[in-house]
Amino acid sequence: MSTTDDTFSGSAAEPRADHAPAPLPWMRVLYWSVRRELWENRAVIVAPLAVAALALAGFLLSSFTLPHAMTAIEAGDLKRADRLMTGHSFVALAVLLTGLVVAAFYSLGALNGERRDRSLLFWKSLPVSDLTTVLSKACVPMVVTPVLTYVIVVACQAAFLAWSTVIVGLSGHSLPTLWKHENLGLMWVVLPYGLLVNAIWQSPLHAWFLLVSGWARRMAIVWALAPIVGLAVFERVAFGTSNLAKLGGYALFGGFGEAFSVEGKGQAAIESFGQVDPARVMALPYFWIAPAVAALLIWAAARRRRSAIPF
Amino acid sequence: MGVIEARGLSKAYGKTPALSGVDFTVGEGRIVGLIGPNGAGKSTAMQAILGLIPHDGGLTVLGRDPWTARDALMGEVSFIADVAVMPRWMRVWQALDYMAGVHPRFDRAKAEGFLAKTTIRRESRVRELSKGMVTQLHLALVMAVDARVLVLDEPTLGLDLLYRKAFYDQLINDYFDRSRTILVSTHQVDEIEHILTDVVFLDRGRVVLDASLEDLEARFCELMAGPEQAASARSLKPIHERQVFGRSLMIFDGVDRARLAPLGEVRTPGLADLFVAVMGGRPREMAGEGRAA
Repeated sequence: MSTTDDTFSGSAAEPRADHAPAPLPWMRVLYWSVRRELWENRAVIVAPLAVAALALAGFLLSSFTLPHAMTAIEAGDLKRADRLMTGHSFVALAVLLTGLVVAAFYSLGALNGERRDRSLLFWKSLPVSDLTTVLSKACVPMVVTPVLTYVIVVACQAAFLAWSTVIVGLSGHSLPTLWKHENLGLMWVVLPYGLLVNAIWQSPLHAWFLLVSGWARRMAIVWALAPIVGLAVFERVAFGTSNLAKLGGYALFGGFGEAFSVEGKGQAAIESFGQVDPARVMALPYFWIAPAVAALLIWAAARRRRSAIPF
Repeated sequence: MGVIEARGLSKAYGKTPALSGVDFTVGEGRIVGLIGPNGAGKSTAMQAILGLIPHDGGLTVLGRDPWTARDALMGEVSFIADVAVMPRWMRVWQALDYMAGVHPRFDRAKAEGFLAKTTIRRESRVRELSKGMVTQLHLALVMAVDARVLVLDEPTLGLDLLYRKAFYDQLINDYFDRSRTILVSTHQVDEIEHILTDVVFLDRGRVVLDASLEDLEARFCELMAGPEQAASARSLKPIHERQVFGRSLMIFDGVDRARLAPLGEVRTPGLADLFVAVMGGRPREMAGEGRAA
């Protein structure tokens, strides 16, 4: 029976260095883990971009009526002037909602897909901890999507404004009047704040979705929503109250409501920086409870992944 | 101290034991075959060694408990579970970028060098590659990691003969350097026996044979006996016997070759034949003669 001594004579392998290389910085590993999430889940980037592209196309079509609108605005039609901002608000809302939907579906599949396609065993063969992996997945809905939403919205609105400037300039109307009514500066400054508060508000939902995606074999969306809906129904039937349903709605949409509320009342639009009050938002218990709950759920998802094997 | 040390390693799924007090040691620079029939506990043992599942009993890899120190261990331990674990959506350049991004021991130039010898394109997605090419890619990535231990769990399952042979040839020629340790589990015993230094036979969650190839050669022998010598040979208590073209092929454990030589042609049994003999020739728990846990 031959042994390695017979077989390996003339081996071309180089000797291994004895010294162990220093571990890579944690942030670098997290960065590459997030990158690979985005490679795998291109919809996270493509879907908001596609929606923005459609909105841009719609705006280009509608811009042919811009000279007519400018004539009315210059004649003092303020209602028409307000409508100049509609396109900008619409694209922001459309990209935001698209990001929300994509992020929710991403979270629901993030820890499920790697078990289903067995790639879990490839990822686990690398020196990346379960916590880093789960954190990288949590970064997608909680960090990447808000940042991406902001970049796309600003780029799209800037393109709208540039195109409007060209159309209005060529038609001989007043550019200062256009710029006065298409006042995007305020929106571009307060939007990151709103997105940040919104991300904090929604963080427990995404973390819950991640946790569920780690143990549900299939139909993670049902497992994620059924307990919440079931408990809400139970509360309604047993006590006649809807606190849980309200909490769900608050987590989903309360971020923007709180970020842009004035004296506790929701505002349709912020008209000055003075209306933005982060101190009031930070004084809300939910501002602190939400990240704590999200952290706990992320930790639980990492624990779950530790002993996860392919289906 | 061995690179991998298992002492009373046990694991049960519910009430079903997968490993029952397994003992074995894998020394540095060894290539050890973990061999057993389906359900023997090979994959469970592999998963425990890789820190993928919790376990009972003692188990250390490079001196650490793989369950509690998996993250740190994976810097020094590589593994290929099987050909189907590479993410199908991934492009080749993404695999290279990612490995370089997260693995401190990954040498990208080395991986590029291995891939240059193949027809794999950097832009290809894993799902566009044949099974054999995916294996080449995975092997190129793993061989570019300066790991101390490589664990291979059925790495060539489903590949054709050419790819299977190329896999092990490349592993030995381009990777193994006697300071690395390789633990390999496969059903295709005959294809790896020429590279192994040791074997551990597992059956029903227990070690039934744990020996170096040199020990096996000294301990076991195979006798091809004609009909007239068969009865005499049987009196020496072979652990396994089968008929081939009217002659008896017997495997003996611990019988002096000089005693067998007059009875027919004596040679060292192949690992596959030995596996069949040990697993099926007689009550399996007895085959290890004290080696079983």
